[in-house]
Amino acid sequence: MLGNEAVARAAYEAGVTVATAYPGTPSTEITECAAKYGEIYCEWAPNEKVALEVAIGASIAGARAMCAMKHVGLNVAADPLFTASYTGVCAGLVVVVADDPGQHSSQNEQDSRYYGLSAKVPVLEPSDSRECLGFVKSAFEISEAYDTPVIVRLTTRVAHSRSLVEVSDRRPFPLKPYAKNMAKYVMMPAMAKRRHIEVEKRMRRLEAYAETTELNSVESRAAGSQTGESCVAGSCAAESRAGESRAAENRVAGSRAEERPAAENQTGESQAGGSVGAARPIGVITSGMSWQYVREAAASSGIGVEILKLGLVHPLPAEKIRSFAAGRERVLVVEELAPFIEDFAKKSGAQAVGKELFPAVGELSARAVAEALAPAKRASPQPAQSGRSQSPNGQDAQLPAEPQPAQSGRAEPQAAERPQPLEQAALPSRPPVLCPGCPHRSVFYVLRKLKLNVCGDIGCYTLGAMPPLDAMDTCICMGASIGVAHGMDKARGPEFAGRTVAVIGDSTFLHSGVTGLMDVVYNKGNSTVLILDNSITGMTGHQQNPGTGYTIRSEETSRVDLEKLCEALGVRRIRTVDPFDVKGLEAAVRAETAQAEPSVIIARRPCALLKTYRPQEAVFIDAGKCARCKRCMAISCAAISDRDGRMEINAALCARCGLCLKMCAFGAIRPCAEAAGADAEGKSEGGRSRE
Amino acid sequence: MPATAAMPAAAAISILIVGVGGQGTLLASRLIGRAATERGFDVKVSEVHGMSQRGGSVVTYVKYGGEVSSPLIEPGEADILIAFELLEAARWIPYLRPGGQIVANSQKIDPMPVITGAARYPDGLAEVLREKCEGALVVDALTIATECGNARSVNMVLLGLAARFTAFGEDEWMGAIRAVAPPKALEANIRAFGRGYALSMA
Repeated sequence: MLGNEAVARAAYEAGVTVATAYPGTPSTEITECAAKYGEIYCEWAPNEKVALEVAIGASIAGARAMCAMKHVGLNVAADPLFTASYTGVCAGLVVVVADDPGQHSSQNEQDSRYYGLSAKVPVLEPSDSRECLGFVKSAFEISEAYDTPVIVRLTTRVAHSRSLVEVSDRRPFPLKPYAKNMAKYVMMPAMAKRRHIEVEKRMRRLEAYAETTELNSVESRAAGSQTGESCVAGSCAAESRAGESRAAENRVAGSRAEERPAAENQTGESQAGGSVGAARPIGVITSGMSWQYVREAAASSGIGVEILKLGLVHPLPAEKIRSFAAGRERVLVVEELAPFIEDFAKKSGAQAVGKELFPAVGELSARAVAEALAPAKRASPQPAQSGRSQSPNGQDAQLPAEPQPAQSGRAEPQAAERPQPLEQAALPSRPPVLCPGCPHRSVFYVLRKLKLNVCGDIGCYTLGAMPPLDAMDTCICMGASIGVAHGMDKARGPEFAGRTVAVIGDSTFLHSGVTGLMDVVYNKGNSTVLILDNSITGMTGHQQNPGTGYTIRSEETSRVDLEKLCEALGVRRIRTVDPFDVKGLEAAVRAETAQAEPSVIIARRPCALLKTYRPQEAVFIDAGKCARCKRCMAISCAAISDRDGRMEINAALCARCGLCLKMCAFGAIRPCAEAAGADAEGKSEGGRSRE
Repeated sequence: MPATAAMPAAAAISILIVGVGGQGTLLASRLIGRAATERGFDVKVSEVHGMSQRGGSVVTYVKYGGEVSSPLIEPGEADILIAFELLEAARWIPYLRPGGQIVANSQKIDPMPVITGAARYPDGLAEVLREKCEGALVVDALTIATECGNARSVNMVLLGLAARFTAFGEDEWMGAIRAVAPPKALEANIRAFGRGYALSMA
């Protein structure tokens, strides 16, 4: 089961009845999977703030509720989170946040654990699908026991890896009675001050819980062993895993193990808690996916370690960490991104090293951990080399790296300076591109042609930044395009504004672009805003939004009318164009950027991957008529290629959208009854070529 | 001639599946995962989602064995490299362990730098693969899949080719295909798998 699927399953088993989200990689499947359980009401909210507010409302009303988002979504939802920490919950409230170390599909790699610290909310961190299921269920228990929202923090490799889980039946959670409670739920200063005191008391209780919970456990991996040393049967919840070899695993909940006689073997010794005598094995403090890397590194290197695995990463157990570290020659803290655990451990008086050995950027790997474990590498001066951080998209550092996804807003040429074996160095990269048939393609063609400054936003269309379209100047965060364009206008004046547009997708506009446009109108700006309405939330894999007219379960519902919405905000100049009417689009952009007032161009054409898409006639390039002017290449379509000066359309890739027909001034792109003739792909080299 | 990879029970087997977004690599990984689960192995499959689906380079890691911790495969670790596209096969060669097996589709899909003329699609990639792995199987899986009735069964042809290098017998594979593959394309998929399997034995 996918980690995200396991989170949804946990919600189902825990009796959750309300689940909300705004889609965002790598969290999207959580709520998509939850929507398959008829017992759970699920919704796509317009943004993460609304999603969390809905979940808070459900919790106060007595239902267990879950809200899912990606890491940057928690920035949007931070406002309700911080105060929900004060109000606490009625029924359990769990916020699942998926971080993206390595930035596989994100504009930054912020570390959500700090939100737990800052909002004074507990944070759990599972390390695989089995723990996703177990921890989310535990999170609901903690939420109710301690009257607090609980964050479950995933990372991409947890959310998007499949591993074995054991499912159980749903335990329905009957609605708790609703009772008005102003002192708890109306956060005016007088009440909020008292609630803050409660929050601090709660944190002290949670700190005590952190010392004893089985979520935080000690495991021994003996030297030279390929698997863990077998000894005391683990007492961690959900210990049993599929596969007999799991018996070799030894996880002992620290709190209980101390009651056991330290007889059988070294694990007993490890629990002695601070006794300095015979040198204790290397200690490793870790959590989440890093724990998996540590286990694998220990097995592959044969170096004996004892591991303090933290499932509850906020609040952290100071005493448990101190006693685990005491008497050891070496204690490593292994965690991705920021030194969250490490700083706490050091502050608590534990002698430990962490970011001295590991990078604060990108992902870790078992190899990086193994190198840090090996004594010879201990003083390695360049820790960053051992991480995966310099391998975007999981690429080997030796390979020509893929250009970073444009969504990150930093499509710098990279990795060229790294040493590369000869045969690898020559390989062309394969960056993500706009799909054949994509309605955004012609928009960026026009914007580039007009040499406009383009303030971009988050979505598929961020790929318009990539060459050869190369038509984007900025991309900051969801909804930022409009505000950024307005800021440029105010900084550089109307002449510059006349050469600047904001480009934002329909879902992103509804997420947080509406307020930006409101600001432009209210503050007498001049910005031209292009809303690229492809009638779906595309990048994350086709989720419905308030502009599509359908719910998460594809039920029909009312649809936001973008034209009327813009009109209501006070925009007087609103046009709707088909982006494949390239001339019309160009004329509209020219006309609206010339106006000294706010304007909106809605470029409306559905995503070509939607089931409703209707392909047109197949076309081919008539070599006799082709002047090789390469104008058809300017739209950056993956189906059109330059084969040694001969332009070709790959029929297998072509979406038959008809856009290229409009690009050709020589009539060389012509409909063909038999498109197969144009398919030169896939027939070359090798054949059945085994010896 | 590659030897059948007889594996010690304890060590995890690592299979790297690479290709271009939209080629059906995810289904292939799930199928292997299913076969491994049925055998009682611990299994981890790490997928890529999001931006990489847009025609970019995609990679899925499949690991199974007595115990699997990290879901990632690191350079020099893959026992089997299954490549849905020739350039991607070459790109991921450094991940193959010495003595590892390559199974590759000979299909070429031009990446954007090649399409725009900024780079050339390299020649002789099949030879590069055989340099690294003497018994590399490089096969026109697209044509075979099309002959079997479904161009989308490329993944089945490649799995058929790779089957011999795994712990699983033909029956186990068929069981996994029936369990995981979409029912409407089942017959074409089974034919495609069978063609690949027969080719690897030839």
